[in-house]
Amino acid sequence: MRMHKRWWWPGAALLAGLIWSGPALAQNEQFIPMPSYRQGPYAAGGTSIYGGFIDYLTLLNMRDGGLNGVKLTWEECETEYKPDRGVECYERLKGKGPTGASVFNFLSTGITYAVIAKATQDKIPLLTMAYGRTDAADGRVFPYVFPMLTHYWSLNTDIVRFIGQREGGMDKLKGKKIVHLYLGVAYGKEPNAIFQKQAEKYGFEAKLVEVPAPGTEQQAQWLEIRQYKPDWVILTGFGVMTPASLKGAARVGFPMDHIVGNFWSGSEEDVEPVGDAAKGYISAALNPPGKDIKVIQEIERVVYGAGKGNMVNKARIGSVFYNRGVLTGIMTVEGIRVAQGKFGKKPLTGEQVRWGLENIKIDDARLAQLGAPGFIQPLRVSCADHEGGGAVKFQQWDGTHWKIISDWIQADKALVRPMIEESAMKYAKENNITPRDCSKERS
Amino acid sequence: MIYREAGQFRTTYAADQRIFPIAQDRVGVALLLAAAFVGVPLLASNYVLTALLIPMLVLTLAALGLNILTGYAGQFSLGTAAFMSVGAFAAYNIQLRLPWMPLLLTFALAGLTSAGVGLVFGLPSLRIKGFYLAVATLAAQFFVDWLFTKVGWFSNYSSSGVITAQRMVIAGVAFETPARRYVLVLSIVATLALVAKNLSRTRTGRSWMAVRDMDVAAEVIGIPILRTKLTAFAVSSFYCGVSGALWAFAYLGTVEPQAFDLQRSFQILFMVIIGGLGTVMGAFLGAAFIMLFPLFLNWMFHAVVRGDVRPGLLSQLELVCFGALIILFLILEPHGLARLWQIGKEKLRLWPFPH
Amino acid sequence: MAFFVEVLVGGLLAGVMYSLVALGFVLIYKASGVFNFAQGAMVLAAATTYAGLADRGWNGWLAFLAALATMVLFALATERLVLRPLVNQPQISLFMATIGLTFVLEGLAQAMWGAEVRGLDLGIPDTPLEVKGVLVSKFDLVASATAGTLVVVLALFFQNTRTGRALRAVADDHQAALSVGIPLERIWALVWAAAGAVALVAGLLWGSRLGVQFALTQVALKALPVLILGGFTSVAGAIVGGLMIGASEKVAEVYLGPLIGGGIENWFPYVLALLFLLVRPDGLFGEKRIERV
Repeated sequence: MRMHKRWWWPGAALLAGLIWSGPALAQNEQFIPMPSYRQGPYAAGGTSIYGGFIDYLTLLNMRDGGLNGVKLTWEECETEYKPDRGVECYERLKGKGPTGASVFNFLSTGITYAVIAKATQDKIPLLTMAYGRTDAADGRVFPYVFPMLTHYWSLNTDIVRFIGQREGGMDKLKGKKIVHLYLGVAYGKEPNAIFQKQAEKYGFEAKLVEVPAPGTEQQAQWLEIRQYKPDWVILTGFGVMTPASLKGAARVGFPMDHIVGNFWSGSEEDVEPVGDAAKGYISAALNPPGKDIKVIQEIERVVYGAGKGNMVNKARIGSVFYNRGVLTGIMTVEGIRVAQGKFGKKPLTGEQVRWGLENIKIDDARLAQLGAPGFIQPLRVSCADHEGGGAVKFQQWDGTHWKIISDWIQADKALVRPMIEESAMKYAKENNITPRDCSKERS
Repeated sequence: MIYREAGQFRTTYAADQRIFPIAQDRVGVALLLAAAFVGVPLLASNYVLTALLIPMLVLTLAALGLNILTGYAGQFSLGTAAFMSVGAFAAYNIQLRLPWMPLLLTFALAGLTSAGVGLVFGLPSLRIKGFYLAVATLAAQFFVDWLFTKVGWFSNYSSSGVITAQRMVIAGVAFETPARRYVLVLSIVATLALVAKNLSRTRTGRSWMAVRDMDVAAEVIGIPILRTKLTAFAVSSFYCGVSGALWAFAYLGTVEPQAFDLQRSFQILFMVIIGGLGTVMGAFLGAAFIMLFPLFLNWMFHAVVRGDVRPGLLSQLELVCFGALIILFLILEPHGLARLWQIGKEKLRLWPFPH
Repeated sequence: MAFFVEVLVGGLLAGVMYSLVALGFVLIYKASGVFNFAQGAMVLAAATTYAGLADRGWNGWLAFLAALATMVLFALATERLVLRPLVNQPQISLFMATIGLTFVLEGLAQAMWGAEVRGLDLGIPDTPLEVKGVLVSKFDLVASATAGTLVVVLALFFQNTRTGRALRAVADDHQAALSVGIPLERIWALVWAAAGAVALVAGLLWGSRLGVQFALTQVALKALPVLILGGFTSVAGAIVGGLMIGASEKVAEVYLGPLIGGGIENWFPYVLALLFLLVRPDGLFGEKRIERV
């Protein structure tokens, strides 16, 4: 048939590729899978975050020859932010490298949920820094999931505390009106329960306003907000919703410096489309942006100097998402390094890396060593507490840059932890999981 | 030479009306089923089972459903994913609130719930046709999405709205390993495919096809349009509902409304059209093609293109290739892969002679 | 009362933005009977080309012309490679082909210009204007004026010019049009180019609101209820439908929404359009289909 001629070349290409891929030598390598998303609605964020992650790993390979002599390798797999593609990437990458995949970081809550059971069974940890399943902070029920640094519930308490600070004290919150404007998907709804709990505790009026996904149209919501006349608006958006929200606020004349976004609604990509109107907008910062951080400068000097940088748009180096990618790199490598301390300076399995992640302790001295002083709060992950921190700083957009405007604001652990444990126990019961006894496990 | 019918005489009506009247076909199908049920679970790797075959089969089921609606009955629908969503949530809730319910019955009930919903959203088809109907079914899509996100009862009041599907246990046998899940899914899909094929050969199926070809004429000769169209919607949604339940239970393990979005509806529509409208074989072929081809592109690009290519470019080129290939397919064979298969078989009957 | 007027006016103006996108659909459907799902991707591609060139320092008008030229090239390529081979295929195949086009266009736009979010400054401030206690956005007013002009121009074009009549003939029956000597290929190329131009204008306006990013393709979904309400084949229907959908959507969200939990904007326009369809199955202004046995 005529058709035959058209089909031989992809077949030949595949064959050639398979031959060229060569045999896998027994190497001194640690494989880190990269399930990234570089297309689709969140491509801008994904490109910067994974760019930063890869650049950090490249830096370590080039400058230090890897981690204690073990070279770091990775492979990307496009997930398009979809759970089924994420599961396919997981299955494809989990066995690569001499000891299998070290740790997965999907940067997507949906994919994380789909993979938790599989990863726990396959003994590969999931690093879900600042996203994912919030109740996984209870490491007794979720030994393989690490929502490190902070998660949505802690973050919400951070934001309320920041607002309290701005108002002159938490007692001044009584009688105030705060709106939670959120994207109508799982991610957006997460903070609602704790938001309302805090409203009870501090006496402010909490109003929930939902924006149907993807959030391009918010006129009705902002008119509603205008009528309600709140004192503050907390914004939980992602992707296109955030600039649409800021524009909506500008149109109804709501003051920008009374809108506080979370750390997924506070990047350059979110405010640049809005132009001058976005000046004064405040958002939570997981890590400070900017280039005057030693490790970022190192990356520019060493990696980009040699032309091996991952970012095509170099202007994004030092942006909020890029630095978050570097932070992801730092946390991942730190987990592996701690594990190497116990299991030896060789390629490690997922189970060993899990132990490493669970025993991460980062203080200011260590951060200075890493070239990132003040980059994150001091972090102590433990068996029961996979979050390890809970604090964020706050930054404000001045039209060209994000500037940090606060110190580390701690989460209200007394309020959050019982809710996490309750939710985790519910999950454990539903799925017949026996929670680990942390006192029995010594390092 | 091999595929000749010479010497095969059918002496009863039953023999003549078989789905596979030619003996070679029967042998082929038997071998295929043996390979699928026995060979694959034994030989295939976990990756192939979990990431390729199970989702492919589950989507085949949804494609069968859409095929019944669009291919046989001619009603253009874009709400397939909504019906899958209904099935998934229904199955989860039934297992949650009535834990004693046997799993297969749960799936069947989930399918029936979905059929009910399909019936309601199919009512406009009595007045509206063509693209207007397609866009109207989008109402189902968005409404169901909103309902499951908004009403906490459906997701058992979980804070995020994402719920974990329960384990699958039938008569004490747990279906946890990839091989077992694969066999379960395969059995369900094979059974329902057989039902679909037989349905298309009954009076119901023929009245669907009459409605597809010209519904005014069908009404004139006495086919009850109301019942016919609504049955099509109901049966189609049943299939989609079971497919959604399987997607949640046997594949992903989680249920969230965003897994069943408009993109999913389009994906299944692609499968049906590329596979071949109005054929059961088409559903299988289309699902295989649409599921596997993007992955194939991903592998191929990663294997062939080494070194420093602008990151992200590969993903975007994959997208371009995929789109281009769909257009190419539609131009070369508008009746889909099933037609190519049929042409192949016809040529095979004459082989090695040219005519 | 003032609040209600504000919501209503805001809704009407939002509706005009929807009509702008719907216009592209109508143009193509009217002339070639193809439901062009790639319209959303065309909006993205046009806006991205403009924004990408503007970022490189090109002058605004030059960038506009360059983007327009790109859309014309795309129209020519589509006509040659996709539409011509698929002449007289069933509607569903053509629809699928346009979905294939969507992927191609999205991939190409992102491959050529990158996937990042770009701001678009058209020089129109988005600050509110206060008219008798009602807040109206200046930007929306400019957008409505643009959309209105486009609609008038297009309506006149279809009614009064020879090419417009030829377009209507083609929409009616491809083969018949061919047989009376209407150059099908040129007509299609023209119509797709016109839709491309409309997509460019829509892309600029929406892009300056949301930033030029992938989510622009989603605005096509907003236009679909407008199409079913107004009819696929009517330019006037696109505007009237847009106004109705925009207004009812916002009013429903504000007044009906809180009663059932909010966030109903996504499905309400579809349900509304569906109800209208039950009364008028071909849309308010659509061509009545006559079926013969």
